Amino acid sequence: MSSLKHEPCISDPDGFYQELIDAVQRLSPDDALAFSARLNLLLANHIGDRTVLREAIEAARKGLENRK
Amino acid sequence: MATYQYPVYPYHPPAFADGLAPTAQVVIVGGGQVGLTMALDLAQRGVASVVLDEDNTVSDGSRAICQAKRTLEIWDRLGVAAPMMAKGVTWNEGHVFYRGERLYAFNMQENPHSKFPAFINIQQYYVEQFLVEQAMQQPLIELRWCHRVTGLETAPAGVCLTVETPDGIYTQPCDWLVAADGVRSTIRRQMGLSFSGQVFEDHFLIADIIMQREGPAIRRFYFDPPWGPEASALMHRQSDNVWRLDFQLGWNVDRDEELRDENVFARIRRMIGPDTPFELEWKSLYTFQCRSIERYRHDRVLFIGDAAHQVSPFGARGGNGGVQDADNLGWKLALVVQGRAGQALLDSYDDERRFAAAENILNSTRATDFITPKTPVSEVYRNAVLDLARDFPFARTLVNSGRLSVPAHLTESSLNGADELRGSVRPGSPVPALPLSVPDNAAVSHLTDILGDGFTLLCFGPANAELHVDSPLGLRLLHAGQDFRDSDGSIAAAFGVRDNAVVLVRPDQHVMACWRTPDPATILGALAKIRGEC
Repeated sequence: MSSLKHEPCISDPDGFYQELIDAVQRLSPDDALAFSARLNLLLANHIGDRTVLREAIEAARKGLENRK
Repeated sequence: MATYQYPVYPYHPPAFADGLAPTAQVVIVGGGQVGLTMALDLAQRGVASVVLDEDNTVSDGSRAICQAKRTLEIWDRLGVAAPMMAKGVTWNEGHVFYRGERLYAFNMQENPHSKFPAFINIQQYYVEQFLVEQAMQQPLIELRWCHRVTGLETAPAGVCLTVETPDGIYTQPCDWLVAADGVRSTIRRQMGLSFSGQVFEDHFLIADIIMQREGPAIRRFYFDPPWGPEASALMHRQSDNVWRLDFQLGWNVDRDEELRDENVFARIRRMIGPDTPFELEWKSLYTFQCRSIERYRHDRVLFIGDAAHQVSPFGARGGNGGVQDADNLGWKLALVVQGRAGQALLDSYDDERRFAAAENILNSTRATDFITPKTPVSEVYRNAVLDLARDFPFARTLVNSGRLSVPAHLTESSLNGADELRGSVRPGSPVPALPLSVPDNAAVSHLTDILGDGFTLLCFGPANAELHVDSPLGLRLLHAGQDFRDSDGSIAAAFGVRDNAVVLVRPDQHVMACWRTPDPATILGALAKIRGEC
């Protein structure tokens, strides 16, 4: 059983980050949300492993309740 | 109604001395799809029952139209599948549309050589009519129409019912009471049982229309259809050129306004186009809930069907789940009534069918959450799934327009024995209706045909060829190659038979245990669980 990787895995982090921001930054909040949903689903399927996905969902969700 | 003439069944006034009917072994309250299946199952096992129904005809409206393969197999065992098949519309495929475009199709048929299709669509009034006609042929079933239960008293040794008729009230004692009186169960309310769960904030409008329209019988589900304001819609073909249209209206609607003919007609026109002539046969506006009572056995009272559990219609898990309840309870109640098994066997009905109902409620709730997203954000995700489904096959598996009824695999049942074969059909699974042949009997075509409704041992391989075992419960041994031929090897493959195997099948045609080379004592040990203390 694998678990969510915490160490860096992306070979060109700056390039990736720029691509990601370029894709979303001119979108309206509604479209950006739709984009995020689609990206999540595509990546989730690519990962496939339910344990990893559960850990990623928990990690992403952590602490959000307290932000307002 | 234009296509169906409602039968009127004979009402007989009660004629019991002092208003006290003789004690019945089993009373079934509710002569609907589930209660009648129950009565037929018990009768086939030699147990008499009295069926009390408050009405004197069949279901008002088409209602539950999708009858699943497992239900057809059960009715086949009870000898009533043929008229259903003759009248019903066979379908295996579902097509899913999003904003006017067909996203994908799915096929529900697991095995093309199965005896029955994945589904037939048939109006509930036909189903009930065929079940009543079968029950009328059965001397062990007493149908009492217009006999309405208004009260009950439970005691350790039985139940006493107060029954109201147009000619007065009488008392009906019984040893066992089966409550099959539907979602508004009188028995459940009289016993004060909590029926709790989730309410869904949405309205759906059913319109059954008669129209001449060609094309294959498939389930069509439309998310966000281009023709109208509906959030989703469903289209299904039934018998007699009747089509089921089901529109999702949303929560904040004026019910009376939505039900006005002109508004219903406008919706239908938008969906089917301006030219096709049609006639409206039935309409119904509904909301739904997913809920269950906590236990399905209360000493001498057993709850089956909607009286015990309610699901949303997406998935056809209500009626089909109820028929499986009756299938599960029938043989157990028969053994207990006949003194061949202890009462504890009835607790396994509660265990097994609550497990199945929980599965149905889970599936039904998930489908409803997809069809009716609860928040704007969940709607964004829902639409993202639908957007991706066009190009990415993985996303189609996330689209949920209803996970359609499949038989319960009672994998957690305490009745299950050894699991030595590890095929796809395991202890708790229903035996699939796979093809076979029987020497000198052309009438038999599928595995379920030879199982009957007792305990059966299917024996495979040379090591089990001489197996002999006898049980007071009755046990038939069928040897592969001798009593039946597994013509295409699909039966051996399903159970995971490599060389030698013995499969113990229950009277409801669910697998109970799978061994390689058991001795008679091992087999009798597995059956001892059924008998308990009797």
